[in-house]
Amino acid sequence: MTESLAITKLSDLANPTRFLALAARILPWMAAVTASLFAIGLYLSFATEGDYQQGQTVRIMYVHVPAAWLSMMCYSVMALSAIGTLVWRHPLADVSHKAAAPLGAAFTLIALATGSLWGRPMWGTWWVWDARLTSVFVLFLMYLGLIALNRAMDDPSKAARVSAVLILVGFVNIPIIKFSVDWWNTLHQPASVIRLDGPTIDGEFLWPLLVMAIAFTLLFFTLHIAAMRNEIWRRRVAAQRRLAARAAGREA
Amino acid sequence: MTHTFYIALSYSVTASVALCLIGWVWLDGRARRRELAELEASGIGRRSSQPKGDAAQSYKP
Repeated sequence: MTESLAITKLSDLANPTRFLALAARILPWMAAVTASLFAIGLYLSFATEGDYQQGQTVRIMYVHVPAAWLSMMCYSVMALSAIGTLVWRHPLADVSHKAAAPLGAAFTLIALATGSLWGRPMWGTWWVWDARLTSVFVLFLMYLGLIALNRAMDDPSKAARVSAVLILVGFVNIPIIKFSVDWWNTLHQPASVIRLDGPTIDGEFLWPLLVMAIAFTLLFFTLHIAAMRNEIWRRRVAAQRRLAARAAGREA
Repeated sequence: MTHTFYIALSYSVTASVALCLIGWVWLDGRARRRELAELEASGIGRRSSQPKGDAAQSYKP
């Protein structure tokens, strides 16, 4: 019953006009909640204590970890959308993975840049070619490749199918990123929040981190819905111009 | 360089990238909305809003 309800809701959203109406309704609320969470998160990020070993630099974690989490979550959203394109042929699935790619690239860039800025004072180096850092850099290149591929092809449905295959092949990198710190020796620390035996991080740091992670996640979904709406509009503009050109051709 | 420098730079980079992203999505949306309004104003509506007889063309979405 629940499953059929979920499928019905998903099918309802297959209508772009319905999706646009829903986006118009929820986007202002999502933006407001995101801004409020960022205000609370940023306050907590600077109001809490520093670490006994890392000192104040622990505050970099409150932007680095959420960005790194989003870099992987965004790719997972794209992989689900890719399945939606190839298996269910959901009309909004290709709009979804096309709109998500620049967002994923931006969050991965934030994770790489802030990681480097955290690494310099803590590790003594800006960058090392170890498993975690290299696999995240590969993820960044994959995002750029997908953006380039989507822009290189004129036919959106063909671009969507090719991108979807590439996204699913590239998904193998996500578990590699996640478990790279366990499988290989790296400078990067192992997981300390999402663990089977619970977080090992002190509550002083966990709360600002959680609030910032939720704020970043909501920012992603707000921007993703807005970017999907823009992509639907872009396709409507292209379709209407095509239609106008054909009508003009018939009249001539 | 002090730790404050690394913290300030990290937050600045994050804020800059996030603001660029928000700005890009917002400006892109505004430009598309303007294009749709211009098409509408010039009498080129969506196929669904046109008379039945003119619905021979197909396009997505």
